[in-house]
Amino acid sequence: MNALLEITTTRNNPHVDPSMAMWEWQIPVYLFLGGMVAGMMIIAGYFLFTGRHKESNCSCFFIPIVSVVLLSLGMFALFLDLAHKLYVWRLYTTFQFTSPMSWGAWILILVYPALIANILIKPTKWMTDKLPILLDYSKKMNEHPFLVKNIGIANMILGMMLGAYTGVLLSTLGSRPLWNTSLLWVLFLVSGLSAAAAFVHLFAKNKYESELLAKADNGFLVIELFVFVMIFLGLLSSARPHIEAAHLLLSGAYAPVFWVFVIGIGIIVPLIIQLLAVNHKVSHTAIAPILVIVGGLILRFVIVSAGQFSHWFNAHLH
Amino acid sequence: MNSLSRRKFLKISGATVVTAAALAGSAKTIVNAAESFSKKKGLEIIPSYCDLCFWKCGLLAYVKDGELWKVEGNPKDPLSNGRLCPRGTGGVGAHYDKERLKSPLIRKSERGEEKWVEVTWNEVFDYITDKMNKLKTDYGPESMALFSHGIGGSFFKHMMRAYGSPNETAPSFAQCRGPREVGFELTFGDVVGSPERTDIENAKCIVLIGSHLGENMHNTQVQEFSRAVENHASIIVVDPRFSVAASKAKYYLPIKPGTDMALLLAWMSVIVNENLFDADYIAKYGIGFEQFATEISQYTPEWAYIETGIDPEVIRETAREMAMYKPATLVHPGRHATWYGDDAQRSRAIALLNALLGSWGRKGGFYVPYSYSIPKYPYAPYPELKKEPLDNPDAKYPFATGEQISTGIREATISGNPYSIKGWFIYATNLMQALPNREETIKAIQNLDLMVVVDVIPSEIAGWADVVLPESVYLERYDDLNASPFREGFVGIRQPVIDAPNDQKPNWWMAKKLGEKLGLGAYFPWKDVEEYLDTRLKLKGHSLDELKKEGIIKGALQPIYFEDGVEPEFLTPSGKIEFYSTQLADAGFDPIPRFTKHPEPPAGYFRLLFGRAPVHTFSKTQSNPLLRDLFSENELWVNADLAERYGLKNGDRIKLKNQDGVVSDPIKVKATERIRQDCVYMVHGFGQKSRQLRSTYKKGASDAELVTQYKTDPLMGGTGMSVNFVTFEMEV
Amino acid sequence: MPRYGMVIDTRKCVGCQDCVIACKTENNIPEGYNRDWIVTEAKGKFPDIQLEIRTERCNHCSETPCVSCCPTGASHIQDVGGVVLVEHNMCIGCKACVEACPYDARFIHPDGYADKCTFCIHRVEKGQKPACVEVCPTYCMYFGDLDDPNSEVSKLLQSRKWHINLPDAGTQPNIFYLV
Repeated sequence: MNALLEITTTRNNPHVDPSMAMWEWQIPVYLFLGGMVAGMMIIAGYFLFTGRHKESNCSCFFIPIVSVVLLSLGMFALFLDLAHKLYVWRLYTTFQFTSPMSWGAWILILVYPALIANILIKPTKWMTDKLPILLDYSKKMNEHPFLVKNIGIANMILGMMLGAYTGVLLSTLGSRPLWNTSLLWVLFLVSGLSAAAAFVHLFAKNKYESELLAKADNGFLVIELFVFVMIFLGLLSSARPHIEAAHLLLSGAYAPVFWVFVIGIGIIVPLIIQLLAVNHKVSHTAIAPILVIVGGLILRFVIVSAGQFSHWFNAHLH
Repeated sequence: MNSLSRRKFLKISGATVVTAAALAGSAKTIVNAAESFSKKKGLEIIPSYCDLCFWKCGLLAYVKDGELWKVEGNPKDPLSNGRLCPRGTGGVGAHYDKERLKSPLIRKSERGEEKWVEVTWNEVFDYITDKMNKLKTDYGPESMALFSHGIGGSFFKHMMRAYGSPNETAPSFAQCRGPREVGFELTFGDVVGSPERTDIENAKCIVLIGSHLGENMHNTQVQEFSRAVENHASIIVVDPRFSVAASKAKYYLPIKPGTDMALLLAWMSVIVNENLFDADYIAKYGIGFEQFATEISQYTPEWAYIETGIDPEVIRETAREMAMYKPATLVHPGRHATWYGDDAQRSRAIALLNALLGSWGRKGGFYVPYSYSIPKYPYAPYPELKKEPLDNPDAKYPFATGEQISTGIREATISGNPYSIKGWFIYATNLMQALPNREETIKAIQNLDLMVVVDVIPSEIAGWADVVLPESVYLERYDDLNASPFREGFVGIRQPVIDAPNDQKPNWWMAKKLGEKLGLGAYFPWKDVEEYLDTRLKLKGHSLDELKKEGIIKGALQPIYFEDGVEPEFLTPSGKIEFYSTQLADAGFDPIPRFTKHPEPPAGYFRLLFGRAPVHTFSKTQSNPLLRDLFSENELWVNADLAERYGLKNGDRIKLKNQDGVVSDPIKVKATERIRQDCVYMVHGFGQKSRQLRSTYKKGASDAELVTQYKTDPLMGGTGMSVNFVTFEMEV
Repeated sequence: MPRYGMVIDTRKCVGCQDCVIACKTENNIPEGYNRDWIVTEAKGKFPDIQLEIRTERCNHCSETPCVSCCPTGASHIQDVGGVVLVEHNMCIGCKACVEACPYDARFIHPDGYADKCTFCIHRVEKGQKPACVEVCPTYCMYFGDLDDPNSEVSKLLQSRKWHINLPDAGTQPNIFYLV
């Protein structure tokens, strides 16, 4: 920046000045939970698709229940963020083709039935105790393997859409150069998958699945690193606002938290631990997956906050 | 119209005794009672004139369903052309200010502690009357002095003259434009006046010396300045700070503070030596030019460079630029001219430079204004004065004519010489911020037996009073007629557009009621202000009803330039423009201005400069919610390199300590390239210390508090205030 | 169909904030919020300074990220004049439009909806100028139809040099700054 350029503004709008901070904790939490649920839907859907639901301790039975809870928490966070809460129903009296948030609202409407369908394949005991009729539904569904497969496909597709949407929501806001990268949805999708894999790995009762997801998570983490590299290459080879945005994370105000928490503790450290674990050098512990999940959450906070901070510049006086 | 005042007055009986802290609560009940007045439905547009500063622009107030909505300029008004300045536009905030004074107050503890008993108007008038009658008996009526700023003081001035006091002043002379008026009067035999008779819009070359038009928001001047910019007028700005006006200038001269006189002398010498002056004009109207030319020619640009730091070539170029556009070259006389104590002479140098360029009385220079004068109310003659005013004993300052020296009255109040002053009646002027050296003001106040302050807000000076009278704001009251001298004659009216929210009263009502209690009823023969105004207007063939409807009545257009037929008239002793002033010579002063070297800041100290922001007037608008929202505290402008040397960053809060060890309240640093390294700058009017005015309390720093030193102008008693040096106090 | 726009002469603007106050009283903007504001940009080393003073507000862009991101259609472009507006009782306060504006021209009104400059459309529809334009004591603001080649604004853009804010953001703003 030109040191001899003094810019002052008399504007002083709350949460806009001195730098944009409209979205606080609610949105990162929502994006994180949405992303993780998306990952879990893909994993559960994959298990249904590949017929793993025949195993009685398949993760695909607890994943959708957890997903419904987490997604609802996420949506509650989103609701808390709304400034005009009484008007929230307005989301569902229209569909705005160009608005990712409108897409998101409708995707969420479809996500719930898909999750519920998944749950119904094998409802838990406390559900059937309360509503014995669920057993009938479950029985009927399981009589149609083709239906189960399709429920798996629906969960995977909607999971993909949900995960991608959490990134697209930000990346279409071109006014924030940091978000203005077409790879943001890939990053959030992969990060969501990684967090979901870590979660399932942590709680899977099925040994095979646990091991599989540890390996998968390693893959996701490596891809995530690669996506980061691609994003930064893209930003750094772009215009000045994008270069400055990249530097916010690489060397600027957000660099410490980015390098230490997102890259270090969120990706590199768990990757090393899990690589050793899958190669049986160390035993599996809860440490790596917890780090991955926490890292995923911090990633959303960093991207949302730094993204809001990043901005365009006036060219004419430079 | 004002049945409201009477009805409200009848309501008020029996004292309510509360402390200041409980004021808001008790006032609330008064509001509720006042709500009983029926509210008109629909939109009403009522003309009046503004009071956010002294310019008095015509306005239209929009009242929607009985609520004050907004004010706009009155398109008929020649001062505003239908456009108010930001303060005027924010004028509705004065009405809505929650911290306004709400009822009369009498002090109940030490002066300055701001502890009050809330009383009725009857009680407060009785209190004042007792004291004033006693003062009259013990010391004579001249022991009362009136400090009054603005047109709202006119009924109090009348009351004090009827009472028998000759002492009436305002800081606008000795702390503001006095030196300018004296300098011009010595030269041309006439003052610049207010509004200034500057023909900015027609000027082809405008020279601003320290005047920061655009930040200094005198409406007509800024509008005309903008038009001049649009017309590509050549603008020369002389300022230690890169002002907004500087950004519009062709030449920016970053002068060393305190050396303006050297620049002026050098400019004049270039114009004289290169024969660039208006020879015909000078031959026709001037006197003493030869002596002047001989003396002035010694001041070469090279000489001035050493003092001012301005490149001699730039001095020459700018002098030639001025001469090229003469007589449409306006060397602006400024307004706040009390800088270094030789200000009347500096202003005279500005007058002389204009005289060389032939711009006085000419298009693009100084026009000849006229007023649409309305006859005075036919009062009985005032009682004969027993004593002379005491602001300037033995004409110590021989050219302080026309207006009284506020600091002179303060001095007399402290010393008791030439006679005792025991009462101050203060109308709408916050002396704590306006007068230099606050200690002296407090010392004078401690000598008083009676101090009455009339104000709309609990200002700092109100905090020192014995009695505080809450005035309704301009949108809630009538005032006297405004017939300012201008390009065209006009008369404007101020009339109420909305009720006062509490127990505030208009000044005319206070003056009349108090006058009657003082036994001066014969001087208030009118029933109410409407009758007073109507009487005056009828003497000119108009009526109050007519003016209330129109807001403004204009006189016929008349020529305003010499070249259009105005007969030049110079009320100097010689009847000519005095290049050499015999008056000054006779009084022992320089007949032709000379340069005086002023002390420079010692190492580690910086000259404290102060000025204006467009959204505030003095220290009176800081609590207005609309204006405060845009500018709630001032900043200290510090040169960026200097700031770096001291490790100061933008937004850091520091205190300032002046040469006498006075320490300011914390102020935010604005590290900027837009100022020299030997001075710092802040907007005046902040760092207020009235505990009743929470929204302004210690917001920013007060330049006035740091102005402990002042240099008195030997010609006219003005107090040069840019002679204080400050250093940074880091620990906050 | 007109396309409303503003032309602001930075040479004349002194940054007095009259426009800001006029907006506040005209539109009853709550304390602490601004629909318009003043930006000053000083460049250079004392005493060689270049100073630009601008009054800024929503640019009523032709490419409107604030409208396209709105999930309810509350943020919309008015047919007449291409003015960008917010329908208060359709807005859910999701803040996406606030984030979407590269000029940070929007804010969330204390009542919950997204708010910003309306070009005083309520005045314009009555044939008046926006309050900020009408009040400006330096006459530095011009309002009119950019699609009409004979309008004052169009003529100024043809005869004078100008810039827009954040041209790289690609929003095609309809406020132009004369230099």
